[in-house]
Amino acid sequence: MSTPTIGVLALQGDVREHLVALAAADALARPVRRPEELAEVDALVMPGGESTTISKLAVLFGLMAPLRERVAAGMPVYGTCAGMIMLADKILDGRDDQETVGGIDMTVRRNAFGRQNESFETAIPFTGLAGDPVTGVFIRAPWVEAVGAGVEVLAEVPAADGPDARIVAVRQGNLLATSFHPELTGDHRVHEYFVRMVEAAGR
Amino acid sequence: MSTTPTSAEQPQVGTARVKRGMAEQLKGGVIMDVVNAEQAKIAEDAGAVAVMALERVPADIRKDGGVARMSDPNMIEEIIDAVSIPVMAKSRIGHFVEAQVLQSLGVDYIDESEVLTPADEVNHSDKWAFTTPFVCGATNLGEALRRIAEGAAMIRSKGEAGTGNVVEAVRHLRQIKNEIAKLRGFDNNELYAAAKELRAPYELVREVAELGKLPVVLFSAGGVATPADAALMRQLGAEGVFVGSGIFKSGDPAKRAAAIVKATTFFDDPKIIADASRNLGEAMVGINCDTLPETERYANRGW
Repeated sequence: MSTPTIGVLALQGDVREHLVALAAADALARPVRRPEELAEVDALVMPGGESTTISKLAVLFGLMAPLRERVAAGMPVYGTCAGMIMLADKILDGRDDQETVGGIDMTVRRNAFGRQNESFETAIPFTGLAGDPVTGVFIRAPWVEAVGAGVEVLAEVPAADGPDARIVAVRQGNLLATSFHPELTGDHRVHEYFVRMVEAAGR
Repeated sequence: MSTTPTSAEQPQVGTARVKRGMAEQLKGGVIMDVVNAEQAKIAEDAGAVAVMALERVPADIRKDGGVARMSDPNMIEEIIDAVSIPVMAKSRIGHFVEAQVLQSLGVDYIDESEVLTPADEVNHSDKWAFTTPFVCGATNLGEALRRIAEGAAMIRSKGEAGTGNVVEAVRHLRQIKNEIAKLRGFDNNELYAAAKELRAPYELVREVAELGKLPVVLFSAGGVATPADAALMRQLGAEGVFVGSGIFKSGDPAKRAAAIVKATTFFDDPKIIADASRNLGEAMVGINCDTLPETERYANRGW
């Protein structure tokens, strides 16, 4: 496959940072706001942002159904933070009417790490990435509360209040999701990992 | 001082990256002024990315006169409990104790705002001293960089709040954009003199010259009353929009709020903006800024 074209869902959120990170990882990156733009990309990043806003705009502008179709047809998607919520089959602490695209057999709790004063950054070992741990930047971040059998856990952080670990990165097939924001760090290894997923899916 | 650290061994809160990164998540969105839980829910339903909790919208602050202060903690907590989206609140300029109170309440962003009556005529609050990030207003690049030097993690224009007139916000955004474009053309020798003229730290001036943008997110604030106003600010380079009195001083707040959200996302699509602008009912009446006496201009507050 030649250089993949990867869209960034550009309804709201830190779109620009993902476009920069994807370009640095040798993909052709472009914003996607309309169904016809979605049809032209090989893969998609769903950025960080406000998940209730992104979900509402996706419904209003007719993107929810085509997104679900593409995911079902195997399009690779990477979601960060709000994007992780969008990829969850089930969410907790969302709005009652909040729709997700779904695709990953997981339950995600919204704003699970707390409000902005609890937002943090920390070093995290990430399965499948060589070298140093990644710097996880968690902003009013969700965590994964439960995963189905087909879901691979790629990263966890220790829980602040007990012995458990919180799942913060997962993969199921062509779908990848992180609670944190690699696009804010200048370290493009997670995006490179996703670009390799996209290339493998195209072969 | 919380400058950007490299990689953290232990979890760190309140870093510059976490504070500035929070504003990055708000981009492309609309932040709405609300005065109670009911309005906050309407804003969230309409697709707001955050709400600004305050006792009176700027149009009423103008009308009522007197000293405008931080809101009642009870009212802020009611709004925090009513919605799941981020909640911001305002402190007076230089009133770092109001800011401490807001941080203790758990607000997600503090607006050190000229809309309230300034508490200090010389100094703004030291924003590095807080875990909660700050947004501050600016009329030009030098003012924006001075606020960033004090620790602001987000900048907004200082358009005349409560007037329903975008003319001042347009002026501020154009001014900031033009000054950044000018810096881009300077060589290294010229940046020192530019820093002196801007009355801003040289390191920040050089960073802006290299990036071609502020090192933090830039929003528009002040005077947005219609979907087209919001789209105008986006086309002028604002990465998102604060809307104050424009929503809840209009005829049909829920409808207008949703319309402004749509126009902010599709700011470059006139057909969508046209559809969003249909049948919104009465816009807020508004005030012409050139009839405002100098003493009632909020943009002159802060320095």
